[in-house]
Amino acid sequence: MYAFELERPETVAAAVELLKGDDEAMPLGGGQTLIPTLKARLAQPSVLVSLGAIGELRGVRLDEAGHLCIGAGETHAGVARQAAAHYPALAALAGQIGDPAVRNRGTLGGSLANNDPSACYPAAVLGSGAVVVTNTREIAADEFFQGMFTTDLEEGEIITEVRFPIPQAASYRKFAQPASRFALTGVFVARFADAVRVAVTGASEDGVFRWEEAEAALARDFSPEALAGVSVPADGMIGDLHGTPEYRAHLVGVMAARAVAAAR
Amino acid sequence: MRKVTMTVNGKSVSAEAEGRTLLVEFLREGLGLTGTHVGCDTSQCGACVVHVDGRAVKSCSIFALEAEGAEVRTIEGMANEDGSLSPIQKAFQDHHGLQCGFCTPGMVMSAAALLAETPKPTEAEVRHHLEGNLCRCTGYHNIVKAIMAASGQEMQVAAE
Ligand SMILES: Cc1cc2nc3c(=O)[nH]c(=O)nc-3n(C[C@H](O)[C@H](O)[C@H](O)COP(=O)(O)OP(=O)(O)OC[C@H]3O[C@@H](n4cnc5c(N)ncnc54)[C@H](O)[C@@H]3O)c2cc1C
Ligand code: FES
Ligand code: FES
Repeated sequence: MYAFELERPETVAAAVELLKGDDEAMPLGGGQTLIPTLKARLAQPSVLVSLGAIGELRGVRLDEAGHLCIGAGETHAGVARQAAAHYPALAALAGQIGDPAVRNRGTLGGSLANNDPSACYPAAVLGSGAVVVTNTREIAADEFFQGMFTTDLEEGEIITEVRFPIPQAASYRKFAQPASRFALTGVFVARFADAVRVAVTGASEDGVFRWEEAEAALARDFSPEALAGVSVPADGMIGDLHGTPEYRAHLVGVMAARAVAAAR
Repeated sequence: MRKVTMTVNGKSVSAEAEGRTLLVEFLREGLGLTGTHVGCDTSQCGACVVHVDGRAVKSCSIFALEAEGAEVRTIEGMANEDGSLSPIQKAFQDHHGLQCGFCTPGMVMSAAALLAETPKPTEAEVRHHLEGNLCRCTGYHNIVKAIMAASGQEMQVAAE
C-alpha cells in the first residue's frame, strides 16, 4: 500500500469538510472492497476519511411515511439483524453477502458507492425503488446506478442513508459464484400495491438493471409461470470463466422465477 | 504515525501506527502476537480472524487506527486462565480439527463468534458460518465435528 493519513471524524459534517479540502481524499466505509484495492495499489488516496466512528450513519428506523431508513454506515450484519422484522427480504439479502467477517465490516453505503456489477445491495435498492440520501441531496435508485462501478455520486459526496419503501412481498435469489460469494446472477423481485419491480445483478455488462418485460408480465400475474414467455437477450451479458453470456441470460429467468415463488 | 490505544486480550496497549498499518500487522509485528496468521492478505481465507468488540473480523482488512478504543481478542486470549485449552480448542484437538494448523487460529475465532451468538448450531449452520474460513488440509469435516462437540452436542471422537 502507498502511504496515506487516516482520519476518523465523528460527524458527517466533519467528514465532508475533510473530503472537500483535498481531492485526493477518499471515504472509507467497511474497507472490505477498498482495503484490497489499496493493497493492489489500484488507488492512491492522500487521506482516508473513515466513516466508522460516525454514530449518525448507523441505525435502522421507520419514518412517518413507513419507509425503512437505513444508515449508510450500517454493516451488512446489522441490517440482517435489525431489518428482519420490517423487511425480511432485505434482511435476508444482507445476511447472504460474503461471509460473517465481511458482514461485520462491510456497509450499505460502501456497497452502493462501489456499485460492483455483481454486488447484492444494488439489486435491493433498485428493486425496491429506494431513495439514496447523501449529504447534499436525495437520488432515486433509477438515477443512482449508472453502469458498472459508476454512480451518480459526485466527488466528496457521502451517502448518509437509504430509504426503502416496503413492498407487500419480495425476495432476492442469488446464484452465488462459489469462490467469491458474489452474485453470478441475482434477481430481486418486489410486489407493491400498484406495481412490480424486478432488478437483476451480476448479469449485465452495464451493471444492475430493471427487467421491464418481466415486471409487466408479473404485474398481470404474479406467479413463476407468468415468466415462462419472457427472456433477456444474451447480448450485453457478462461472459467470463464462470459463465457465458447465454448462461447468465438463462440464469436471469431461472432466478427471477425462484424469487417470485419465494416472495413473502 | 499516530498513537493508537486498544485493549488486546484484556490488556491495554498503546503504540504508534501509520494510517496504512493493518490491525494484523499491529498485532503480529507491533505486539509480537503471531498466533493470528496471514494466509492470503486479500480478504478471502479467514486465517487472520480476530474479535473486535466481540465480532469476528478479518484483521488483514481493517486498519489498526480503526480499532482505537476497541476490545480486541486474538487466539492468544482463548486459553483458560491456567493456560489449559478452552473447550473449543480442546474439541479441535480431540476431533482432529487441524492438520498443519495454519487456518486454526481463524477457525477457532470464527467458531467462538458463532457459539457466542448461537450456542447450539446445526451442522448446516456451522458450515454456513465457516464460508469465509478456508482450510487446505482437513476437508472441513473434523472442524465441523469439533465445533459441534464444543457446543455440547454429542459427536463421535475421531480416534482415541
Ligand atoms: C470475501 C468477500 C466476499 C464478498 N461477497 C459479497 C457478496 O456476496 N455480495 C456483495 O454485494 N458484496 C460482497 N462483498 C463486498 C462487500 O459487501 C463490501 O463490503 C462492499 O462492497 C463495500 O462496502 P464497504 O463498506 O466495505 O466499503 P469500502 O470498501 O470501505 O469502500 C468502497 C468504496 O465506496 C466508497 N464509500 C464507502 N462508504 C461510502 C459512503 N457512505 N458514501 C460514499 N462513498 C462511500 C469508498 O470510498 C470506496 O470507493 C464481498 C467482499 C469480500 C471481501
Ligand atoms: S489473511 Fe486475512 S482473510 Fe486471508
Ligand atoms: S489445517 Fe492446514 S489449512 Fe487448515
